[in-house]
Amino acid sequence: MLIEDPGFWRAGAISTTLVMLVVLVFLTIDSLAATRAGSARVPNYDVIDRQIGYAYDWSRGYDMPVIGGAEALFGRDDSLAEATALVARGKLVIQSRACMDCHTFFGNGAYYGPDLTKAWLDPAWSAIWMPMTGASTREEAMAQFLMHPDRYPTWSRRMPDLHLTRAEAEATVAYLKWMSAVDTNGFPAHFGRSEPGG
Amino acid sequence: MYRSQRLALRYFTAAITLFGVMTAAGLLSALYYVEPSLLYNVFDFQMAKILHIDTLVIWLLMGFIGAVYWFLPKELGRETVGIALAEVLFWVFCAAVAVVAAVFILVQYGASNQFSMWFINQGRKYVEAPRWAAVGIVIVVLTFVYNVTMTAWRARKMTGVLWVLIIDLVPLTVLYLDAFPQMTNMSQDLYWWWWLVHMWVEATWEVLIGCLMAWSLMELMGTSRKIVEAWLYIEVMLVLGTGILGLGHHYFWIGTPQYWLGIGGFFSALEPLPLLGMVVHAVYDAGAHHMKTTNRPAFYWVLAEAFGNFIGAGIWGFMMTLPQINLYSHGTQWTVSHGHFAFWGAYGCGVIAMVYLVLQHTRGTTPLDSRAWKWSFALLNLGMLGMVGGLLVAGIAQAFYGRAQGGSTLQAFVVASENHWFQSGMYARLVFGILFSVGYVVLVYDLLAIGRRAAIAAPPQASVA
Repeated sequence: MLIEDPGFWRAGAISTTLVMLVVLVFLTIDSLAATRAGSARVPNYDVIDRQIGYAYDWSRGYDMPVIGGAEALFGRDDSLAEATALVARGKLVIQSRACMDCHTFFGNGAYYGPDLTKAWLDPAWSAIWMPMTGASTREEAMAQFLMHPDRYPTWSRRMPDLHLTRAEAEATVAYLKWMSAVDTNGFPAHFGRSEPGG
Repeated sequence: MYRSQRLALRYFTAAITLFGVMTAAGLLSALYYVEPSLLYNVFDFQMAKILHIDTLVIWLLMGFIGAVYWFLPKELGRETVGIALAEVLFWVFCAAVAVVAAVFILVQYGASNQFSMWFINQGRKYVEAPRWAAVGIVIVVLTFVYNVTMTAWRARKMTGVLWVLIIDLVPLTVLYLDAFPQMTNMSQDLYWWWWLVHMWVEATWEVLIGCLMAWSLMELMGTSRKIVEAWLYIEVMLVLGTGILGLGHHYFWIGTPQYWLGIGGFFSALEPLPLLGMVVHAVYDAGAHHMKTTNRPAFYWVLAEAFGNFIGAGIWGFMMTLPQINLYSHGTQWTVSHGHFAFWGAYGCGVIAMVYLVLQHTRGTTPLDSRAWKWSFALLNLGMLGMVGGLLVAGIAQAFYGRAQGGSTLQAFVVASENHWFQSGMYARLVFGILFSVGYVVLVYDLLAIGRRAAIAAPPQASVA
């Protein structure tokens, strides 16, 4: 019988794999174009000097980033080149300190610390850390916390002191702000819009 | 015994040693959840986690490489080509792993510059090893590919299993090259990172373990090559037919287009099919031989591999990868539950089966049996099931209270983590982790002792080549 012949299944294995690979190549070409910085889904790095929100989009049926007017990060109005360099440095900080081995980014990483996909938008910065650090802005509170996390504990699980310099802390804040503007198909759902247990 | 097979024994020794390091680092990682102030600012969670997951990858990889070095001369009837180079690189590999582990323990992390990427920590999950070590792994794997292909070439012989293995080694090697880039754009960084992680774990490794299982079944049960090869092709067709686009379930939320929700959801739902096929195959073979074998430990670990792969990778994966569920389960301990079950079922059990299979030849004992292997089998599998259960309970609490109800903020994360279901789950994981560790100790004892007494009583038969 044909199905007892290994050659029949070999041909099936080869043809199935090739078809799937070709489809994946086409999808990859499209996905890379759709996710380049400056595309509709992934904003350019100078978005760090704009207001960013996260609101339910009724036409799409999930939460979407909302890009608003000017809002200079750390009071600087960076050029595209300066913003790109700052965000690139932020990614290097995130890798050099292995942030992904405690936190998740877009839900990927480790689960000891909270997900950082929309960390820039977290209400805790203004509710907890701005009063705690005495900072007058969200980004300043974030930078202070990142430089000295052991000074500002809020829970039994504390972030370790990873010896970030001021420049590294600012770059990390810039990275988190940029990342919050990426369209993630609604992940995480209704971020910050409802109270836990409510 | 061929030199290639002696090298296999060294790889197995290294693999089982790293299995122990992985277990110890895993226990430490579990402890932080119940005692968060543990070693604060001295040796924090992320470093224990890195040691846990990196040694996981390396012990399994070493187990696979060892198994191939064992089977290759048997399959081709000749010594492995380039074996001297492979022997040298084994020690280089071990030294590199030791140096990287020492750097992770003593240095831990560096400043935000390329020096850190090259010499300290790259900070990308599973591929944290600095670039110099990644270069070393590429050289070891390339040598391994050279050994396999040139041995087949010189032997002027090619079997179906070898064809599949050699073709599989090409993407396995190429995909690892993604261990090097440092990209700013997280969406694209994760896009390629998942090519490496998913295509290794849910595609090329599945095919590789399929080849090893094919050789094992021929040896353990005397299954005919024709049947084994037909099954292997079916498995390749189904694994790659579902797994290549099943990659899409990692692209739901990283910034990639919405069409991945449908593609990833659909093909992920099909991914359990090949794993179910492996269960059918294993049960059929076991039934056909009335569960009779001269190597019960290897046989039971093969069965555990088939069932563990199907339930851990297949069912547990299916449970959480539909986009409607994944929106809430993604990035919680639910994922950890799936990860533990899948790695253990798909690969951990398989490598242990290989080691027992080889030990029967080196000890010259027939049948190979002991009381200790049953204890280690029970303790390891019970420990794993308990950990998986605890993590699942904790993960569902996080998905419900932290994500669905709380909206994933820091406050929601804290509330979910303080929830009694989460806390109970993490304590259960720790307790069953200790049970698993005891199982590991018994396993090591058994691997050292099994068959030795019988071998002394009755001199070994002709060595198996």
